[in-house]
Amino acid sequence: MLKRSLIAVATATLALGICTTANAGSRLDAVKARGQLVCGVNTGLAGFALADSTGKWTGIDVDLCRAIAASMFGDAEKVRYVPLNTQQRFTALQTGEVDILSRNTTWTLTRDTQQGLNFAATLYYDGQGFMVAKKLGVKSAKELDGAAVCVQPGTTTELNLADYFRANNMKFKPVVIENLQEVNAAFFAGRCDVLTTDASGLAAILTKDAPNKGADHVILPELISKEPLGPAVAQGDEQWIDIVRWTIFALLEAEEYGISSTNVEQLAKDTTNPNIARILGKTPGMGKAIGLPEDWVVRAVKAVGNYGQMWDRHIKPLGLPRGLNNLWNKGGLMYAPPIR
Amino acid sequence: MEAAPPKILDDRAQWLRANLFSSPLNSALTILILVALALVVPKILSWALFNAVFAPDPQACRAAKGACWGFIVEKFRLMTFGTYPYEQQWRPLAVTILLLSLIGATMNLRLWGRRLWITWAICVPLMWILMRGGSIRIPWVLISGALVLTGLIGLARNIGFRDWRFISTLVLLLAGVYRFASSGVFDYPLFLATGMPLVETDKWGGLPLTLILSANGIVFSFPLAVALALGRRSELPVIRALSVGYIEIVRGVPLITVLFMASLMIPLFLPSGITVDKLLRAQIGFILFAAAYEAEVIRGGLQAVPKGQYEAADALGLSYWNKMGLIVLPQALKVVIPPMVNTFIGFFKDTSLVIIIGLFDLLGAVRLASSDVEWRIFYVEGLVFVALVYFAFCYTMAVYARRLETHLNVTTGR
Repeated sequence: MLKRSLIAVATATLALGICTTANAGSRLDAVKARGQLVCGVNTGLAGFALADSTGKWTGIDVDLCRAIAASMFGDAEKVRYVPLNTQQRFTALQTGEVDILSRNTTWTLTRDTQQGLNFAATLYYDGQGFMVAKKLGVKSAKELDGAAVCVQPGTTTELNLADYFRANNMKFKPVVIENLQEVNAAFFAGRCDVLTTDASGLAAILTKDAPNKGADHVILPELISKEPLGPAVAQGDEQWIDIVRWTIFALLEAEEYGISSTNVEQLAKDTTNPNIARILGKTPGMGKAIGLPEDWVVRAVKAVGNYGQMWDRHIKPLGLPRGLNNLWNKGGLMYAPPIR
Repeated sequence: MEAAPPKILDDRAQWLRANLFSSPLNSALTILILVALALVVPKILSWALFNAVFAPDPQACRAAKGACWGFIVEKFRLMTFGTYPYEQQWRPLAVTILLLSLIGATMNLRLWGRRLWITWAICVPLMWILMRGGSIRIPWVLISGALVLTGLIGLARNIGFRDWRFISTLVLLLAGVYRFASSGVFDYPLFLATGMPLVETDKWGGLPLTLILSANGIVFSFPLAVALALGRRSELPVIRALSVGYIEIVRGVPLITVLFMASLMIPLFLPSGITVDKLLRAQIGFILFAAAYEAEVIRGGLQAVPKGQYEAADALGLSYWNKMGLIVLPQALKVVIPPMVNTFIGFFKDTSLVIIIGLFDLLGAVRLASSDVEWRIFYVEGLVFVALVYFAFCYTMAVYARRLETHLNVTTGR
């Protein structure tokens, strides 16, 4: 009897101890009350989210979370990273396990409408490409009829590949390998003629994995899909999605106006440019409108730099040209609505 | 004429003839294997040692022909402790050492006894506190409630619950609880400040995570497995049906689906806003899964105990629990040591499946380390490293099991 009641009590204790109730209501209030942003990231993708040798998460997706945390709390370290795989990522957002999904996720109609989530903005324009050995003499993806194609099984890469070949009346033989390192090794060992993945991945593979420093291989010019990657949040909280969206816009605006992590504090004090004054809170109003402190952009840029600095830190070392991800006035697609 | 004395071969030649060249077939096989070794071993050695690079320098590694152990050197802490905060990694190190020495002590049969179990009971929460840190909420209402309840039950046992003293104590107590409940005192949380920064379970990783998952999995699944095995052989139809159903259903699905259910479906079933710790979900999934397998192993042991033993216990008038606890289980469990260790080794390695729910166990941490573009072409070295670690643990388990068997057989003189 005694033993049994003790067991019952212990079970109840355990049950109460392990259940943590999150604050229902506004996500912004919940995050503020928690004092920490919970951010879903990739389980390991170079340039986007990757744990470095000391176990610290780095990458452009990670930097977005750091920027939001910095603008909310003034401390970019107040983020908890939850590594998520492709199957888990939407569930984690729907159940409220993460506040924001910053995990190189392609913005598509069905995801935006049916999955119970909303995409805030595009952080990175990617697209699927092909790599071949130079000795094949192939100049265009249109010449790949009958090729053996190395591809990772997964979300859209395989489907895009099949679509592209069908649309161009070509045949291909898929060689499907799960692991990134193994698919690269198979390609460089000659088990297939073509390697396909996102262009961001291909560039890194060419510079870091290819034998002979990439001199024997070439990335074909065609991109066969549009992959606008961006952060998503759960549906039904307009204020929260505004914060995520305008943090990205602020990082882009900062680059456009030449605000960087080195000069942001100086500019915040003595700028005469009315646009910069508004962005950095010297002319107050923007912070109040979005529900953050007036110096929210100062804090974010001080922590992670502007968008260009984020790019140079994480994507440039992979050997990627800026391309579509350049600012609109430099030939890219990155165009932020004005902060005013 | 005397017969010539038998030619004395020296020991080595005799051993060679007896073991390697006893027949033409065996001689041929020996030579074949020697040739194969001569072809393979130098290549392995030149890859693993002579041409290998031990300095953590990716450029030197790319230039070299051999293995790049510098990758392991560079990423050693990430591989061992996962994404646990770098400056705090003495904590998982301490937990690993503590856990390993506890397991080591438990492996020594002479230390078995009350003192060892008390040490475990103290160390498990201690390890949890050390790993997690932060301020820990003490469920003081529940603990004190349990204590009061224990006292009440003790009192009732001594003086009976119709005694006026018991009734008045109860009334006073209820009045007190009512009085304080309305003042809100029970809502005050009590926190134990550990003085160490909080590290949530989803940052735990590497070797400590593998050890925690498998040690807890083995320890907690075992009693459940014994219960299920007994239930399956029970004469009560409901209990038997429940046990059979549980075992067959759980054995019928792959572990990966159990983990998937635990990490994807359960959060959807729970009311919005309530989340159960991811590590705990996986841990419970492991325990439930392991129990079904172990139950069948134990059932094999139960069936191996001669019927005469059951009948003798019945003839002595032992109750069911005494019969099982004193006569049947000690014999049955001894018989099942080899298959049981087999199951344990399997589960130790199966813990690496937690990677699919985003936890980085030892293998997951190595894979995470080899996602780094500078190093990822050396992923084979990482896998060799992790294979060696797994082998060390599994081989230790196997050797221990063999010694345990011999030891138990000697003591019973079988």
